[in-house]
Amino acid sequence: MDGLNIPLNHILLVSTLLFSIGMLGLMIRRNIIFILMSLEVMLNAAALAFVAAGAHWGQPDGQIIFLLILSVAAAEVAVGLGLVLQVQRRFKTLDMDDANRMRG
Amino acid sequence: MAEMIWLVPLLPLLSSVLLMLGSASFPRLLVAVLGVGSVASAALLTMSIGMDFLADPQPFQMTLWTWMQVGNFSPGIAFYFDGLTLVMMSVITGVGFLIHLFSTEFMEQDSSYARYFAYLNMFVAAMLVLVMADNLLLLYLGWEGVGVCSYLLVGFWYQNSANGQAARKAFVVTRIGDTAMALGLFLLFTELGTLNIQGLVGAANQQWQVGDTLPLIACLLLLGGAVGKSAQLPLHTWLPDAMAGPTPVSALIHAATMVTAGVYLIARTHGLFLLAPTAMMVVAVIGLATSLMAAFTALMQSDIKRILAYSTISQIGYMFLALGVGAWAAGIFHLMTHAFFKALLFLGSGAIIHYLHHEHNIFKMGGLRSKMPVTFWSFMIGSAALAALPMTSGFFSKDQILLQAYQLPGPGPWLWLGGLVGALLTAVYSFRLVFVVFFGEAKTQTEGDTGWRMAVPLVTLCTLSLIGGYFVIPLDQVFPASSGDHPAHWVEYVSISVPLVGVLLAYLIFHSGQLNVSRLVNSSIGQSLRQFWHSGWGIDWLYDVLLVRPYYQLSRIMKGEPVDAVYSLIVALNLTFNHWLAESQTGRMRWYIASMVAGLILLLTLALQIPLEAV
Repeated sequence: MDGLNIPLNHILLVSTLLFSIGMLGLMIRRNIIFILMSLEVMLNAAALAFVAAGAHWGQPDGQIIFLLILSVAAAEVAVGLGLVLQVQRRFKTLDMDDANRMRG
Repeated sequence: MAEMIWLVPLLPLLSSVLLMLGSASFPRLLVAVLGVGSVASAALLTMSIGMDFLADPQPFQMTLWTWMQVGNFSPGIAFYFDGLTLVMMSVITGVGFLIHLFSTEFMEQDSSYARYFAYLNMFVAAMLVLVMADNLLLLYLGWEGVGVCSYLLVGFWYQNSANGQAARKAFVVTRIGDTAMALGLFLLFTELGTLNIQGLVGAANQQWQVGDTLPLIACLLLLGGAVGKSAQLPLHTWLPDAMAGPTPVSALIHAATMVTAGVYLIARTHGLFLLAPTAMMVVAVIGLATSLMAAFTALMQSDIKRILAYSTISQIGYMFLALGVGAWAAGIFHLMTHAFFKALLFLGSGAIIHYLHHEHNIFKMGGLRSKMPVTFWSFMIGSAALAALPMTSGFFSKDQILLQAYQLPGPGPWLWLGGLVGALLTAVYSFRLVFVVFFGEAKTQTEGDTGWRMAVPLVTLCTLSLIGGYFVIPLDQVFPASSGDHPAHWVEYVSISVPLVGVLLAYLIFHSGQLNVSRLVNSSIGQSLRQFWHSGWGIDWLYDVLLVRPYYQLSRIMKGEPVDAVYSLIVALNLTFNHWLAESQTGRMRWYIASMVAGLILLLTLALQIPLEAV
């Protein structure tokens, strides 16, 4: 294999870091747009792990899964943004804690 | 005439149904005519049937229809008529008629006039079915019918809850005996294959030997029923409380007829009891013990009706004693004379209570002799008969019982001695009643003496109480003849003189005061004995502690449904978990995510604990 040869471990480390950042964002962010962005980060972290693993084993499966994740992410953004618009209209806020209508 | 016999119970029954249906709209006169008329016509019918029977004493059986047909069990609505039936029917319709007539005046002010006569007529019908039944099942129908009527009439003034209590007690206590009797019927049917009384006795004599166990068990179970209905030890406690009902009811049901049903039952099935000498001994001992216990208790009572109630228990004890020693005819004879004089005494006390504004305490009466002459003479004659003074009806019947008890080989003389003590006590307490109520100085105002509707029954019953001893009742065919020989003359003289001594004692203690017993009574032993006897030998208290209170306790525990508690616990646990889990459903999305992450970390940690080789 030509070019820069990065060990798989390093890529997986980066992927784990990305995933953790995304998850942390999901947990601490209140704005729904940032929550969606954090989700996007997590999806990409997973996709990175797949691509790296595919390259390491010389298999095409990783890239196929990456394409699948890409389309899932696109669909998710479409639905997610629709929801964001609805939330904004209904609650006049994007803060998810304020939008909570349960009295539990 | 004999084929008209089915009309005798039907007439009171019809009148009862009519009164129940139309009670609200009938005028009082119509109610009285229906109530009294139906029983009067039943009495007339009985009389004419009796005349025919006496002219040609042939027992007969009459089947109206088959009640039910189950396998080989087909009891009929069928009547059996012989001398015993005739005696019972005459007592029920005759004394019943007089008491109905008395009631028309006694209950005149009562607002539930029609209801009263409806119950009373139904009682007469049920009692007639009881004594006319040709099989034990129909007898049991009548038996329960009179129980229900007794319940309804004891609790007649139901607005007072104490009366309802007394009615329930009467019903529940007799129910205990009835259950034993039902078991007895089951046993007899499974063993002998029939409940027809004549067939039953015949089959029993073929299958069983004297002294076998089965007839003993059957007889003891039947005795259980008789003991409950006839208020004998140990099931007698309901009768004194049953005095809560109107006084004519006490006279009819709780003195003259229903309470003697047990005596009738044993006499009717005497063929069975002859196979079980042990059971007969038990009957005799129960009778004697009851008669003594009740006589002591009657001596201490101050409520006029309770005195008479205990005296009834005591006299039925005599009848049981008679049955137990095999003096069947004497027992039935005493049943008849007792019906006369005890009905008389109860009606007399009813008249007193009626004209003394419902006063029951004898020590608040006194001096009624001149104010209520009819009642006074009724009481004199009734008490004389009750105490078995010579030439009264009670004398003849009680004398027969005592003499035949004496002749029983073995324990006979002891039974006789016990009976004599009872007779002495009877004389003392009955004349104590007379002296306290009618002599001495007046303590209350009366409204004059009885009207004619009260006086006629009283006078008729007086006559019957006096001459009833000379009646010859046609029982020769029904019962095996007793031995003809007489005991020594001194036995007879003692039997005659004991009641006279009792009357003398009562006179000296309660009237002239020459015999001063206050020191004896006021000593500490006297006081506690007095208290003990007054409470009826503490039997009510004993039952209360042993049975009633534990039962209430148990029902209080069961009220909390301890069996359901297990299931309730499951429900409660579910609810608690539900509560906890509902708490976690806050709607805060970031909490959900955080908990999911925490769960994920937990699972991953656990997964990493498992060594790779194991996967």
